[in-house]
Amino acid sequence: MSIFEYNGSALVAMVGKNCFAIASDRRLGVQLQTIATDFQRIFKIHDKLFLGLSGLGSDAQTLHQRLVFRHKLYQLREERDMKPETFASLVSAMLYEKRFGPYFVQPVIAGLGEDDKPFICTMDSIGAKELAKDFVVAGTASESLYGACESMFKPDMDHEELFETISQALVSSIDRDCLSGWGGHVYIVTPTEVTERILKGRMD
Amino acid sequence: MECVFGMVGKGFALVVADSSAVNSILVHKSNEDKIMVLDSHKLMGASGEAGDRAQFTEYVQKNVALYQYRNGIPLTTKAAANFMRGELATALRKNPYMVNIVLAGYDKETGPSLYFIDYIATLHKVDKAAFGYGSYFALSMMDRHYHPDMTVDEAIKLADQCIEEIRSRLVVAPQNFIIKIVDQDGAREHSWRRTTKD
Repeated sequence: MSIFEYNGSALVAMVGKNCFAIASDRRLGVQLQTIATDFQRIFKIHDKLFLGLSGLGSDAQTLHQRLVFRHKLYQLREERDMKPETFASLVSAMLYEKRFGPYFVQPVIAGLGEDDKPFICTMDSIGAKELAKDFVVAGTASESLYGACESMFKPDMDHEELFETISQALVSSIDRDCLSGWGGHVYIVTPTEVTERILKGRMD
Repeated sequence: MECVFGMVGKGFALVVADSSAVNSILVHKSNEDKIMVLDSHKLMGASGEAGDRAQFTEYVQKNVALYQYRNGIPLTTKAAANFMRGELATALRKNPYMVNIVLAGYDKETGPSLYFIDYIATLHKVDKAAFGYGSYFALSMMDRHYHPDMTVDEAIKLADQCIEEIRSRLVVAPQNFIIKIVDQDGAREHSWRRTTKD
């Protein structure tokens, strides 16, 4: 079994009209065994920047701690938050540093950039950025997620419709993947507020 | 066929571990204590490679004590768990410790807590945890009978049910088990479950 499939994960981020949504599943497993059903894969870096880390849980935790450290240093030096584009470049650089002994993660970065324009991107485990205008996916359920998002996505959805769309795409995809599931965790971020919701899907 | 499991109850946390020290088909001893008392209010049940287990648990215990000497206050359970995870993660790509840990602790402010730390340094705070082949039986048993805020008696009864299941269904089941408990009065040995004397 691939090391990327050891813990199981599903991540998706979508762009809406002046908002974005990022969602993940909640299962933490060790291959076929489920350990926990409340695992956190999406982390807030600052109010307008969220990072999702799929893949090996241990490396996701290590990378998250290192990135929080780097961002806090940046905040102290620059006296402001990092822009999402800058943060994506930072993550990419940190991953490529370990080119010949990589972190087994696939990050998904979602944020509101200059003028609150939504920004999403994903990258592979060695930092190859993939910017997208509509949606990005990662994790063991990524193939299902690509299909679900492609068919359900519409440009310029408002935050309520975006929530419905991303939730349906996530739940239908993780239902087809045995390594991810046990509900969903969805963050909807607009320039004024952040809404966090837990989804209940097939609990298996 | 080592196994360690634990659960959180009302104002306490329990850790149960088998006590066999095995080399291939030979049982060296069956009263090995695999649950280390880290400090006054922390228990660390460890399973895995025997040498790594002893070395890593002692290393963590001494570092936890050092922190207390240097800073005058003990580490919280969460801090100890993160320290362990950090050590395992650093060693992972050099010389990994093949040790799985169930950390139970009691803090005055936050009450009892239980942490699952596997050998790849995945850390998660949980209500019930188990490692080893016995986990297939213990986790299922706990999924069925566990509920939040159990009393000590209820938790011991559940632990006994798990041990019974492991003994009857695991092909090379460990002979003896040790149960340790941590609550506001501290971490201590609770009891043994023996089938053989050593």
